[in-house]
Amino acid sequence: MLEKALSGSRGYWIWITLLFTLFIIGFFFYMRQLDYGLGITGMSRDISWGLYIAQFTFLVGIAASAVMLVLPYYLHDYKAFGRITVLGEFLAVSAVIMCILFVFVDLGRPSRVMNVLLHPNPKSVLFWDMVVLTGYLLINIVTGWVILSCTRNEIPPPRWIKPLIYLSIPWAISIHTVTAFIYSGLPGRGFWLTAIMAPRFLASAFASGPALLIIVCLILRRWGRFDAGEKAIQALAKIVAYALAVSIFFVLVELFTVFYSGLPEHKEPFVYLFAGLNGHTNLVPWMWTSAILAFTALVILIIPAARMKSDWLAAACIAVFVSFWTEKGLGLVVPGFIPSPLGNISEYVPTGAEIAITMGVWALGFLILTAFYKIFAAVRLSLDTAGNTADLEC
Amino acid sequence: MTTGRRDFLKTAGVTLLTLVFPGIFSPVGAKENTFRVGAPQFLKSSYPQPLTAKRWAMAVDAAKCPADCRDCMVACHALHNVPDFGNPKDEIKWIWRENFADVFPNEQHGYSAHILTDLQPPVMCNHCENPPCVRVCPTGATFQRADGIVMMDYHRCIGCRFCMAACPYGARSMNYRDARSHISELNKNFPTRAKGVVEKCNFCEERLSKGLLPACVEACTQKALVFGDVEDPLSEIRLILEKRFSLRRRSHLGAGPQIYYLL
Repeated sequence: MLEKALSGSRGYWIWITLLFTLFIIGFFFYMRQLDYGLGITGMSRDISWGLYIAQFTFLVGIAASAVMLVLPYYLHDYKAFGRITVLGEFLAVSAVIMCILFVFVDLGRPSRVMNVLLHPNPKSVLFWDMVVLTGYLLINIVTGWVILSCTRNEIPPPRWIKPLIYLSIPWAISIHTVTAFIYSGLPGRGFWLTAIMAPRFLASAFASGPALLIIVCLILRRWGRFDAGEKAIQALAKIVAYALAVSIFFVLVELFTVFYSGLPEHKEPFVYLFAGLNGHTNLVPWMWTSAILAFTALVILIIPAARMKSDWLAAACIAVFVSFWTEKGLGLVVPGFIPSPLGNISEYVPTGAEIAITMGVWALGFLILTAFYKIFAAVRLSLDTAGNTADLEC
Repeated sequence: MTTGRRDFLKTAGVTLLTLVFPGIFSPVGAKENTFRVGAPQFLKSSYPQPLTAKRWAMAVDAAKCPADCRDCMVACHALHNVPDFGNPKDEIKWIWRENFADVFPNEQHGYSAHILTDLQPPVMCNHCENPPCVRVCPTGATFQRADGIVMMDYHRCIGCRFCMAACPYGARSMNYRDARSHISELNKNFPTRAKGVVEKCNFCEERLSKGLLPACVEACTQKALVFGDVEDPLSEIRLILEKRFSLRRRSHLGAGPQIYYLL
């Protein structure tokens, strides 16, 4: 099946070349980081996590969101998703690979990464995060690949795949919950110390992941010779709308507690985010952009007439994706360190090398995703042209 | 350098032997139960006794610290090969001074007495009773000894910096770049750290094991630092804590810091 990723139109190869170039540039800068140390990034003594860990956190959400396709199809027998559950599973696979890579490039001593397995500390949330992420990666590789192979050969999938798919549903919830626990279990960081962290993570994930899937489905429909079906896309749009509403609600709930209680340790990072603290305002424009995009997208998505138009839908989904990328990819990690335990406010600006490495990891993730989706579209195309539009039930 | 056939055979032979009889070639003391806290009986007179405790702690009388004194910091950083990069981004520090308002933000207000707000207490790792950094470390590279000292294994640390996020005191530093060229005078009796690992104050465990007090305590001419076993009712630190009012940094977080600030 893999060979199907090796033939494509000119546009396909331009896209592949672009991604590959970005990956090579990122790899080059990673070599420089290995040589110089993490000092090549904008991270500092006070702000000791930055862009890498933020991308990791955001992408865990994207990976978890595959459950939004799997759950309606397998638990509620929602047929419209039958054609695209595999898209969700492959999205999960490439997102988890990016997650693991982002943690890896963030390590000060990557050569010792196996110490996590050689000397595991079961009290560490990071250890458990590694366990759930690896498990989730394996589950999705197996289910995605087996189902696609069976679809291609027009045979029903083996029976043993069903329990694995059911397992993937709570497992998807677990990866984002455990990732939230990395933050919400630290006594000294008021910004993160909130039980709403895991629910907030999940809500924003179930908005941003399906939003990305809709964008991908619209791209595949226009250029990829694969139509997911209007019904499936509209159902996804409703999922995004609900998850977005819940996510905004969770943020507002958090803002109430923080500002009505007025507890300084909880309030200061939020003031830094939305108004700036002691003249430090780096993230303020980003956060307001994120907020405006989220509300605009919500308006578009809850008006049926707007949601039905694919241009408006695409715009709303891009807005959701950018909004949550900003919220989690920039606004979640850094403010946890502001102000520092000793009241210091130092701002964080990622360096060029750091951005290049980040883009390199994204490019590699999208290379893998593109290859998967190319194979998927090719398999579906050969089936559909053969006149077989019936979906095989699992 | 080329390896001759003869050398290769020799090395291969010895390696094979160690595989068959591992006991023969293992270095002296490699077996766990040959390591004792103290020296063997017949050596006791010629070796200094290590200082031991149930829980090591320090009391800091910041009022005794002269305004621009950096003696403790200089002694510690020189002894432990702490580099000086000259910028706050890459900065590595084990003990340093901070404004009272930043050390105890909840214990001061707009009308606090100058005698308090003018203080610049030294801060360092609190060697917490219930250390969040140890809890979060995925590899056990940072761990707590039976006597309470929170230690770093520089050879196990993967540099994930979870401990830096977890520490409520900002006591930890990351080696963001190679430090060795930024050490003014190398102390060959203490290891330098490779880039990519986290480090912090170790309560001078290497000195305690030789029967010496921590370097900062020894360097302090004002006797502002009192080090001892807080579980020993007759220790100096315990007597001071019973006599004087003391504060601990962010004690409401439940980490149980073991640096006590006397007021």
